[in-house]
Amino acid sequence: MRITCPLCGQRDRREFTCYGDAVYADRPAEGAGPGAWDAYLHLRDNPAGETRDLWYHEMGCSAWIEVTRDTVTHEIAATRLLAERGGARPSGGGISATKKPRGSGRGTRT
Amino acid sequence: MRLAGKGLIDRATTVGFRFDGREYSGFAGDTLASALLASGVRVFGRSFKYHRPRGVMTAGSEEPGALVTVGRGAAQVPNVRATVQEIHAGLEARGQNAWPSVGFDVMAVNDLLAPFFSAGFYYKTFMWPRALWEALYEPAIRRAAGLGALSGRHNDEAYEKAWAFCDLLVIGSGPAGLMAALVAGRAGADVILAEEDARMGGRCLAETGEIGGRPGADWAAAVLAELEALPNVRLMARTTVTGAYDGGTFGALERVALHLAAPAPELPRECFWRIVARRTILASGALERPIAFANNDRPGVMMAGAVRSYLNRWGVAAGQSVTVFTNNDDGYRTARDLAAAGVTIAAVVDPREEIGDLSGGLPVRAGARVIDTVGRRGLREVIVADRKGQVSRVPSDCLAVSGGWNPSLHLACHMNGRPVWNADIAAFVPKPDMVPGLVAAGAANGAFSTRACLAEGAAAASEALGALGRKAGKADLPEAEDDMVRLAPYWEVPEPRHRAWLDFANDVTTKDVRLAAQENYRSVEHMKRYTTQGMAPDQGKSSNVGALAILADATGRAIAETGTTTFRPPYVPVSIAALGAGGQGDGFAPQRFTTSDQAARDRGAPMIEAGLWYRPSHFPRPGEPSWRESCKREVEMVRGRVGVSDVSTLGKIDIQGGDAARFLDLVYTNTFSTLKEGRVRYGLMLREDGMVMDDGTTARLGPDHYLMTTTTAAAGQVMRHLEFVHQAHCPGWDVRMISVTESWAQFAVAGPLARELLNSLLETPITGAAFPFLSCGTVAVSGVAARLFRISFSGELGYEIAVPARYGEALFRDLVSRAESLGGGAYGMEALNVLRIEKGFITHAEIHGRVTAFDIGLQAMVAAKKDCIGKAASTRAGLVGPGREQLVGLRPVPSSREIGAGAHLFDEGAEPVSANDQGYVTSVCWSPTLGGYLGLAFLQNGRARHGTRVRLVDHLRKVDVLCEVTSPVFFNPEGGRARG
Amino acid sequence: MRYSGLRVIAEGLLGNRGWTPAWRDPEPKSDYDIVIIGGGGHGLSTAYYLAKNHGLTNIAVLEKGYLGGGNVGRNTTIVRANYFLPGNQEFYSHSLKLWERLETELNYNVMHSQRGLINLFHSDGQRDAFARRGNAMVNQGDDAILLDREGVRRHLPYLDFEQTRFPIYGGLLHPRGGTARHDAVAWGYARGADRRGVDLIQNCEVTGIDISNGRVTGVRTTRGAIRARKVGIIVAGRSGQVAAMAGMRLPVESHVLQAFVTEGLKPVIDHVVSFGMGHFYISQSDKGGLVFGGDLDFYASYAARGNLPMVEHVMEAGMTLMPMIGKAKVLRSWGGIMDMTPDGSPVIDRTPVEGLFIDCGWNYGGFKAVPASGWCMAHLMATGESHAVARRFRLDRFATGHLLDEEGTGSQHNLH
Repeated sequence: MRITCPLCGQRDRREFTCYGDAVYADRPAEGAGPGAWDAYLHLRDNPAGETRDLWYHEMGCSAWIEVTRDTVTHEIAATRLLAERGGARPSGGGISATKKPRGSGRGTRT
Repeated sequence: MRLAGKGLIDRATTVGFRFDGREYSGFAGDTLASALLASGVRVFGRSFKYHRPRGVMTAGSEEPGALVTVGRGAAQVPNVRATVQEIHAGLEARGQNAWPSVGFDVMAVNDLLAPFFSAGFYYKTFMWPRALWEALYEPAIRRAAGLGALSGRHNDEAYEKAWAFCDLLVIGSGPAGLMAALVAGRAGADVILAEEDARMGGRCLAETGEIGGRPGADWAAAVLAELEALPNVRLMARTTVTGAYDGGTFGALERVALHLAAPAPELPRECFWRIVARRTILASGALERPIAFANNDRPGVMMAGAVRSYLNRWGVAAGQSVTVFTNNDDGYRTARDLAAAGVTIAAVVDPREEIGDLSGGLPVRAGARVIDTVGRRGLREVIVADRKGQVSRVPSDCLAVSGGWNPSLHLACHMNGRPVWNADIAAFVPKPDMVPGLVAAGAANGAFSTRACLAEGAAAASEALGALGRKAGKADLPEAEDDMVRLAPYWEVPEPRHRAWLDFANDVTTKDVRLAAQENYRSVEHMKRYTTQGMAPDQGKSSNVGALAILADATGRAIAETGTTTFRPPYVPVSIAALGAGGQGDGFAPQRFTTSDQAARDRGAPMIEAGLWYRPSHFPRPGEPSWRESCKREVEMVRGRVGVSDVSTLGKIDIQGGDAARFLDLVYTNTFSTLKEGRVRYGLMLREDGMVMDDGTTARLGPDHYLMTTTTAAAGQVMRHLEFVHQAHCPGWDVRMISVTESWAQFAVAGPLARELLNSLLETPITGAAFPFLSCGTVAVSGVAARLFRISFSGELGYEIAVPARYGEALFRDLVSRAESLGGGAYGMEALNVLRIEKGFITHAEIHGRVTAFDIGLQAMVAAKKDCIGKAASTRAGLVGPGREQLVGLRPVPSSREIGAGAHLFDEGAEPVSANDQGYVTSVCWSPTLGGYLGLAFLQNGRARHGTRVRLVDHLRKVDVLCEVTSPVFFNPEGGRARG
Repeated sequence: MRYSGLRVIAEGLLGNRGWTPAWRDPEPKSDYDIVIIGGGGHGLSTAYYLAKNHGLTNIAVLEKGYLGGGNVGRNTTIVRANYFLPGNQEFYSHSLKLWERLETELNYNVMHSQRGLINLFHSDGQRDAFARRGNAMVNQGDDAILLDREGVRRHLPYLDFEQTRFPIYGGLLHPRGGTARHDAVAWGYARGADRRGVDLIQNCEVTGIDISNGRVTGVRTTRGAIRARKVGIIVAGRSGQVAAMAGMRLPVESHVLQAFVTEGLKPVIDHVVSFGMGHFYISQSDKGGLVFGGDLDFYASYAARGNLPMVEHVMEAGMTLMPMIGKAKVLRSWGGIMDMTPDGSPVIDRTPVEGLFIDCGWNYGGFKAVPASGWCMAHLMATGESHAVARRFRLDRFATGHLLDEEGTGSQHNLH
């Protein structure tokens, strides 16, 4: 099983640690109610099909990567750096950028 | 019987070996099977259930019967296929699953009791009386189970694992595989050609048919010579591809040294390969299948194609008077080849009425069938019934059976794909795209003529080259036979008068399959599990399709509708030593050593595991009989003089940037943005679910520069967590972090004389006032820039000094000798643990992953005015309140009574049962400072119960004692000693 | 028909033609009092106890494939009661007691073998944690013995005491722990339920759950619509998919767990051995194969197959712990779909939909729970009240913080 790290290229699965569903990257905003936290920490769509999960290139460059893959076939459709997802996120406790992100966007390379 | 002038063995090289205690000899190139067949050996082993004699049936790894044990002592390997094991000088093998010998086995009595041993019989009995199940029935079943035996001794031979990468992996080196490798190799692709056999060529080595106008074996040799000369082609013989996995990854087992008489000791016995291929061609050929008829399992009953292999490749006639029983044209090749070699053909029995012009002088009986055999330890007679039912006895010592061929598509089905039934050839064939990037070619794809194999191999290679962005050259397909092999499905001879075998190893007969259907175990999976068909070492390679056909018939369904069971890796069994190569002994996990490790060992310190690290337990001195005495002395030494301990294993994370302070506020419960330069603060870190993840101190070394410490155990977890919080939640923040755990060697210097010791070492001495408790800064030691932190895990005046790791050993030795000259010395983990328990400092024994800040009494450390990781979830109802078990201290009454961690707590006078369970003890020590045992524990509503007593019960160590509940800080609670 | 040794002999003498079907193959009716979705170990035991303990037989078990074809069908078959958290302890203790009389109860030899289970530990800290666990077991009325190194050596002389990467300090012995034959358990419960009148419907996939005014009214299947007053979802790794038919999201993530069996060997391992530091456990089946496994592959999967990294890690663990198994050959590997929860403990509870119940979240420990989960799920479905030993297996416990986290690894599904 091989995963394409956007920074390092295609590497063996052994170099990565899988955390879980990509929802972990959408932390509820400060003040969000218990329902939001329960959903965030516990409830999962758990699809038999395309899903997005979060992998850490622990034995490599330490990048956190969002992997789009199929839970039935294990085929990996895309990978991208978590840090470069961009887009609006609910800011919790002042979690918002004070400076522009550095580096160019990087997606999957074959 | 060996025939002159036949075979590809090296008759110039004789090889002597032993089987079942007798000496035999064969030739280089022989397998155990071919050499023993040549010597007239018929019985190789015994079947699993009925202990019936088993001979050789096949010529490959699919062999169901001739399983032997090879080697002695720790090198003993059970369940070796005699058809795969090449002979070498000194090889020693013996039969299995028999006593006293495979020739005469007392357990054969099972065969007489066969009616009572039908499928699933053990589910219906052995239940009563209950006591006898474990005392008698089960041990008897277990002793009867299994075929070979392990030696029980540690493996001491070398095994390896390796990686290989290629553009194209070709699996199988028969006509299809050779053509594919040739086309791709000539086009410049990186090709690996893997072949299970010792010699490449596949069935070219077993057939007399010509390819390109010359013997198939010669054509194959020429192709191989060309392939060998191509630098981009790698030939891997003796290499079975065992599994298909995600991402174009294949597992393969190479038999590196199993055929060598005296391999060099460092040469691995086997190597397990992981081959990563961009494209793959499955040219694995096909396996012949038998026909079920009465007593079709006797030694001497063999697959017709195998009989041909023994003749043409090894020059061995498997019998002197051979009968062929075949439902298809291919079986006739065996008869013709044998006859041409001068072997008597007793009969060719073919259930088909119309056989066309195949007979060619052979004694063919069309429309006939074999209805029984005679000769328990070796075939003597074949009983044949003709179309009218007329029975005749045919003297014969070898019955070559062919029920057709099954494409070897197992690998293609390893990723959940199911094959499709092709009624034209009455076999399962692969579908496209079962494994991404893999195509089947040749017999593996259901194309059985040689010409078709060559064509499909070339076509598959061209297609693969296209996908790889290369162009195939023109492939000249050599001339070869292109015969249609006609076949009439014939799974069993109807109404057998005796048992008719399907699975030869597990002794599953057609009756068993019908019984399964009768009892409504109708799905193919139920039938398999109920009868154990297909669960033997051959994993149903010869029996799956036949059993399926019988089941289909018994349940009134078509074969396609009845379906197959799941194909799973490994295709052939793979030794655990190969799959686990590198893991034995220390190889299983990295070993992490501190810079003071050697110095500690020099001082006789026993080293103990702390995760992957090794740390000293204690530093024994003369007159100290055990760790207890050393530990006591070390604790007193730290509290009274000064001690030195290596704390390098604690995680150290360097965090920098304009938003570093803010980042720390997010990950810690307490506030770090108020921490001044040159100061250190204790921090508590939660998981997002509100439980304590870790604790430690973080120092502010500069305006935007912080150094976080973690516990040894959680260092990796915290690092991962920090990176996640940053990259997921605040990627735009100006903060970077990196682990520097291994870059700095760090030592604790603790005790009343700690400052005095340090000042003897530092270029610029420090004072208590100028470097108060919880300060940090850069200092110089012998010209080396070091970091100094005034923090204490012992509760004494304490510092930690860090130098770049390359100076660690020297600094440690220096610190220890200075400490000793002050009446102190080095101290180890035991003493470190006592010192911290005396102070009520927690470790992961307390913060074991189910504990909140509230539980350990640090709820005030969760700053109210800011968010932090874990804050929201920590307020869940189940995580707060008097029902929670809270950290307390315990002192047994009297304090000399020994207690241990893991004991549970109950109210005084309450019965020690679950319903009354009030808590548990996490850490215990005998404290020299307080002169008695101390414990840290979690007790329901503990903080409200200081001064009361609880009953501590440890059933496992037989301890039952009352304890006083106290604050966990036993010693110097106001903390003045550290602050002085 | 009753099974016994005498019957085996009698039928054997008569050509085995008298054996009757283990269960019927009824056509599904259009209406049942109770529908159980899932014909695995838990679904079948639930149906059995609904009939046996509560006299309810107008029940259908709907199985999309063949009975016992899920996790109970590919299993390392460990049966133990060595949990230590209140909420788990009493449940598994109850389950073990049911195991101990299961053959008699079902008149089917499930080959329950209480050969002893040993959890090895490799540091003082681990020993303390196992002491806590062992004492919890004894508090519960079960059996535990703390062994030191020599004690382990007496039971397991074949371990590598000298060179193994993580030296053996000792072990926690659970004498009543052991194994059982997984297929037999499923078939025994199936036959028992069928005999009591429960309809076992195979090749019947549920495609929809009908709900009206917040109450379940029935299910849609590939063999037609079926009305029911009560419906139980008991589908392990498929829980998310089936619960979604009722508009529910679950605290469950499905993961692949691999396991392995070697070729049959003469007896060489008599216990169940668990090697926590290596995430490896092993026993030897009555057919002679060494049955062993380790951790999840760690990524969510419905493929029921895994990859080489975990295969190799498990094998390497085996080699450092007991290098004598090196010459044994792995015959087959398989994978299942594990329903992992954020605390590693299960759910036996109502759902927000009236009449709809769920049994799920067994992670990879569902086999030992087959008897008690059926017992408790039947109790819940029949009476509407949780059984005393399963009352903490609440669906909402993650939201309320009443967690049952044996591993201590927190709300990350793949860490349990």
